[in-house]
Amino acid sequence: MMVMIPEFAFEWIIPEMIVMGCALLILLMEAFSGERDVRVHSRFLALAGSIAALYFTAAGWGHTAGIFNNLYLVDNYGTFFKALFLVISILICLGSQRYLERHAIVMGEYYALLLFGVLGMMVMVSSSSFITIFIGLELMSISIYVLCGLLRENHLSVESSFKYFLIGAFATAFLLYGMALLYAATGVLDLYELRDYLGSGDFFLTPTFMAGLAFLTVGLGFKTALVPFHMWTPDVYEGAPTPVTAYMATGVKAAAFAVLARMIFIPFDMQSALPYWQELFWLLAILTMIVGNITALVQDGVKRMLAYSSIAHAGYLLIAFTVGNIQALEAMLFYLLVYAFMNIGAFTLLMVLEKKNGSPLTCEDFSGLAKRNPFLALAMTVFLLSLTGIPPMAGFMGKLYLFGMAIRAEYYWLAVIGVLNSVLAAYYYLRIVMFMYFKDPLQEDRVISSAGPFAVIIIAVTVTIYLGIFPRTVVNLIAYAGFAPF
Amino acid sequence: MDQSFPYLTILIALPLTGAIILLFLPRENPGLIRVVALVISLLEFAVSLPLWFLFRNDSGDMQFVEQAPWFPEWGISYLVGIDGISLLLILLTTLLTAICVLASWNDIKDRVKEYFVAFLVLETAMVGTLASLDLVLFYIFWELMLIPMYLLIGVWGGPRRIYAAIKFFLFTMFGSVLMLLAILALMNSYAAQYGVLSANLYDLYRYVPPLSLQYWLFGAFALAFVIKVPMFPFHTWLPDAHTEAPTAGSVILAGVLLKMGTYGFLRFAIPLFPEAALAFGWIISASALIGIIYGAIMCIMQTDMKRLIAYSSVSHLGFVMLGLFAFNTQGVEGSIYQMLNHGIVTGGLFLVVGMIYERRHTRMIADFGGLSKVMPVMAVFLMIITLASIGLPGTNGFIGEFLILLGAFKFNRLYGALAATGVVLGAVYMLWLYQRVMFGQIVHEVNSRLKDLTKREVLILSTVVLLIFLMGIYPKMFFRKMEVTVAQYLNFVSAKGQVASMSPSRLPVNMVIGK
Repeated sequence: MMVMIPEFAFEWIIPEMIVMGCALLILLMEAFSGERDVRVHSRFLALAGSIAALYFTAAGWGHTAGIFNNLYLVDNYGTFFKALFLVISILICLGSQRYLERHAIVMGEYYALLLFGVLGMMVMVSSSSFITIFIGLELMSISIYVLCGLLRENHLSVESSFKYFLIGAFATAFLLYGMALLYAATGVLDLYELRDYLGSGDFFLTPTFMAGLAFLTVGLGFKTALVPFHMWTPDVYEGAPTPVTAYMATGVKAAAFAVLARMIFIPFDMQSALPYWQELFWLLAILTMIVGNITALVQDGVKRMLAYSSIAHAGYLLIAFTVGNIQALEAMLFYLLVYAFMNIGAFTLLMVLEKKNGSPLTCEDFSGLAKRNPFLALAMTVFLLSLTGIPPMAGFMGKLYLFGMAIRAEYYWLAVIGVLNSVLAAYYYLRIVMFMYFKDPLQEDRVISSAGPFAVIIIAVTVTIYLGIFPRTVVNLIAYAGFAPF
Repeated sequence: MDQSFPYLTILIALPLTGAIILLFLPRENPGLIRVVALVISLLEFAVSLPLWFLFRNDSGDMQFVEQAPWFPEWGISYLVGIDGISLLLILLTTLLTAICVLASWNDIKDRVKEYFVAFLVLETAMVGTLASLDLVLFYIFWELMLIPMYLLIGVWGGPRRIYAAIKFFLFTMFGSVLMLLAILALMNSYAAQYGVLSANLYDLYRYVPPLSLQYWLFGAFALAFVIKVPMFPFHTWLPDAHTEAPTAGSVILAGVLLKMGTYGFLRFAIPLFPEAALAFGWIISASALIGIIYGAIMCIMQTDMKRLIAYSSVSHLGFVMLGLFAFNTQGVEGSIYQMLNHGIVTGGLFLVVGMIYERRHTRMIADFGGLSKVMPVMAVFLMIITLASIGLPGTNGFIGEFLILLGAFKFNRLYGALAATGVVLGAVYMLWLYQRVMFGQIVHEVNSRLKDLTKREVLILSTVVLLIFLMGIYPKMFFRKMEVTVAQYLNFVSAKGQVASMSPSRLPVNMVIGK
C-alpha cells in the first residue's frame, strides 16, 4: 500500500513535539516557579512554541509520508490544517493576556491546555487511522472541557464546561461506537484500507456498516455543531472564557470538519457509491443554515449570537460535502481559513469590550462604539461585513467560492437557500453595526485596547481585506492541499 | 480608442484614496476635512471631464478600456471601460458628488469626518459600478455601494433613520444575492460550452444561454435591478430611505443609485438575456405603468415634501423603465436622457427641500405657505426645477418624457396613452406642492423671518438650473454622445434576441425592434 519509512521518523513530527514540549514545560513551570515568572514566561513559551512549530510545519509543506506503521500521516492536507491551528493558537495567545489578567485565570493551566488542545487537533488531522484520529480528538476535547471552566467563580463558565463535557463524552461514545461497527463490518481501521475494501467488489451495504457510518456522522456532527446536534453550542460558547470560545469556534470547528472530510472523501466516491449521502448532507446543510440563522436573529447576547452564527457557517461549509468533489473541498478549506481570521478578530474585540463582572455582552454594550473608539468600530464593521459576506471582504470570496461550487454542481436550490440565509444573517450582523454607529454611547469613556489584542485585530483586518481582494495566491496554494494520494 | 492614460482607474481610485487621507486627518478640525473632501470631489470631476472631450462619438464600442488579470482561474479580471451610456452617468455621478459635498457644508455638524469618508467611498463604488465590464467586479462595486449608503442614512438621517437604513440594506441585498447566483450560473453555463470560466462581459455578450436558463437568470438579474430602481411593487424601501436620509444622501440616492437599476437593465439584464427580456418585457412595462400612475397618485396625497419627491421618483423611473422596454431608439434614448434629467431635477428638488429644512427644521407642507414673499430667489429656483420636473418645453424634462412617450406609443398605443396620464398627474402634484409652499399668505409667524439663499446655495442651485436649460435647449450635445451606442445596442439586442428565439409564436417577435 505505501512505502514503509523506518521507525525512526521523528523528523516528520517536529512541530507536534515542539508544541507538546512547550505545553509540558509550562505545566512544570506552573508547579515549580513563582507566580510572576509563570505569568511572564508561560505566554512567551506558548507563543514561541507555536511560532517555531508553525515554521517547521510550513517547512514540511509538499512532503508526504506515512509513518509509525501508517498510524500517522503527513500530507499537505494535514499540513494546511496544522498551520491553521498554529496561527489560531498564536492569535489567541497574543490577544488573550489582558483578558486572563482581568478575569484572574490561572495562566499556566490556560496556556498548557491551549497547547495540548492544539496538539490534539494536529494529531487528528494527520492520520488516516481511526485509532490516531480518536486519540487526537480526545486530547483536544479533554483540554477544551477544562478550558471552558477556567472562570471558576462564574457559574456560566462552570455550566459550559460541564455541559460540554457531558455532551462531548456522549458524542465521543457515538463516534467510537461508529468506528467499532465499521471495523466489525469491514475489518479495517484505516481510511485508505477502507477505500480499497469498498472498491474491491465483495462489499455489501450491511446494516452494521450503515449503522457505523451513521454513528460516525452523528459523533462528528456534535463536534462540528450541525443541526440537530447543535443544542450545546450556545450555552457552551456563551459560558466559556471568550478566548476559549474563539478557539472553539475556529480551531475545534476546523479540526472536526477536517476529520469529517477525510473520513468521507477518502473512502467513498461520493458521486456513485453513496448518492444518498449527498442528499443527507443537503438536508443537514439547509437545516443547519436555517436554524442557525433564525435563532441568531433573536439573540441579544453578542456571544450567543456569534455562537448561533457559527452554526450557520457550519451549514455553509456543508455545501462542500453536498457537492462532494475535491474542488468543493478546496472551497471549504478556504472558507475555514477566512472564517478563522474574521471570527478571531470579532471575538478579540469582544475580549476588549467585555466587562470585569463577567456579565455577557449585549448589543447595547456596542452603543456608540464609533465614538468611544473609532478604530475598533471600523474593525468590527469589517469583521461583521465579512461574516455577512459583503465584498470586498474575505467572507465574500469564501461564499463566492462555495456557492460557485454548488452552482457548478447544479445544486441551485441549495445555493438559493444559502444566499437568502446570508440576507437573514445581514440583519443580525448589521444590528451590531447599527448600535456602534447609529446609537449614542451609554458611557462616555474611551475604550482602550492593549497592544496584544490591537495587534490581533490589525492582523485579522488586514487578512480579511487582503483575502477579499486578492484571494488568488491562497486559493492556488490550497489547490495543493489535497490528501496523500496513496 | 487607445488611451495610455488610465482615466477610469484614477476615477475609481481617487475618491477611495481621498477617503483614506481623510481618515488620518484630525477630527477636531472639521473645516479642514470639508475642504479636503471638496478638493477631492472637484478633482474627481476634473478628471472625469476629459472623458467627455476625448470620447469618440462615432463609435459604439467600449472606450478607455483597461484590463488587468485578477483571478484568471475563476475567470474574473479587472476590466473597465465606458460607452456613451456610462460616460454620461459617470459625469452625472462626479458632478452630483461635488454638489453634494458642497451641499453638506453646514448641514452636517456631527461626525464630519466619517460622513465625508462614507461619501467618497460611495463615489468610488458608484463610478466602479458604472465602469465595470466584468460581472464579478461589477457585483463587488454594486454591493460596496450599500455600506456607505447604509451608514449615511443610519447615522445622519432623520428620526426613523434606523428603520429606513435597515430596510434599504435588506431589500437591496435580497435582490443582489440572487443576482450573484445568476452571475455564477451564467459563468458556469458559459464554461460548459466554451470550457473556460469567464465573467468578462465581451465573452458573455457573445454567448446565448439555453432558453430555460435564460428565463431564470433574467428573473434574478431583473429582481436585483427592479428593487434598486425601484419599481412597483418593490418600491416600499424608497420613500423611507429618501425621507430619512440627509439631504446629500437623498440627492445621491435619487441622482445616481436609482439609476444603477435602470443602468443594470441596459448593460446586463437585457443584452445578456435578450430573448427573456423580450418575453418578460410586458411584465416590466405593466409594472412601470402602474408605478407611473400609482407613484403620481401617492404624491398628491403626501404631506411631507421629501416623501412627495420620493414618490415622484417612483413615477419618473417608471417612465425610464417604460422607455427601456419599448426597445426602440426613441424609447431607449429618452430613457437614458430621463435618467440624467431625473438625477439633476430630483437632486435639485431634494437640495431645495434640504435648504428649507435647514432653516425651518420641518418638511411638512402644511407648515409653509407664502415663502415666495420672504425668499424670492429660492422661489425662482424652485419654480424652474419644478417646471423641469413636470417636463415643460425648454427644460430637459420635456425632451426625455417626450421621447419616452413617443417610443412607448410606437411600441404599444395603450402604454403611451396610460403613460401620458402620468405626465398630467405630475403637473398636478408638483404645481400643487409649489402653490402650497410658495404662494398664499404666510400662516406661520416663523416663516416670515426666513433668510433667502446664501451665496453657496445660489452657486449650487445655479449649476442645477444651468444644466436644466442646457439639456433642454441644446440636447444634441448629449445625444451625440450616446446615439451610436444606443443604435448598436438595439441592433445587438434584436440580433441576439432573434438568434435565441427559435419559436416564432412567442409574443415579442412580431414587434418592431430597433426602428
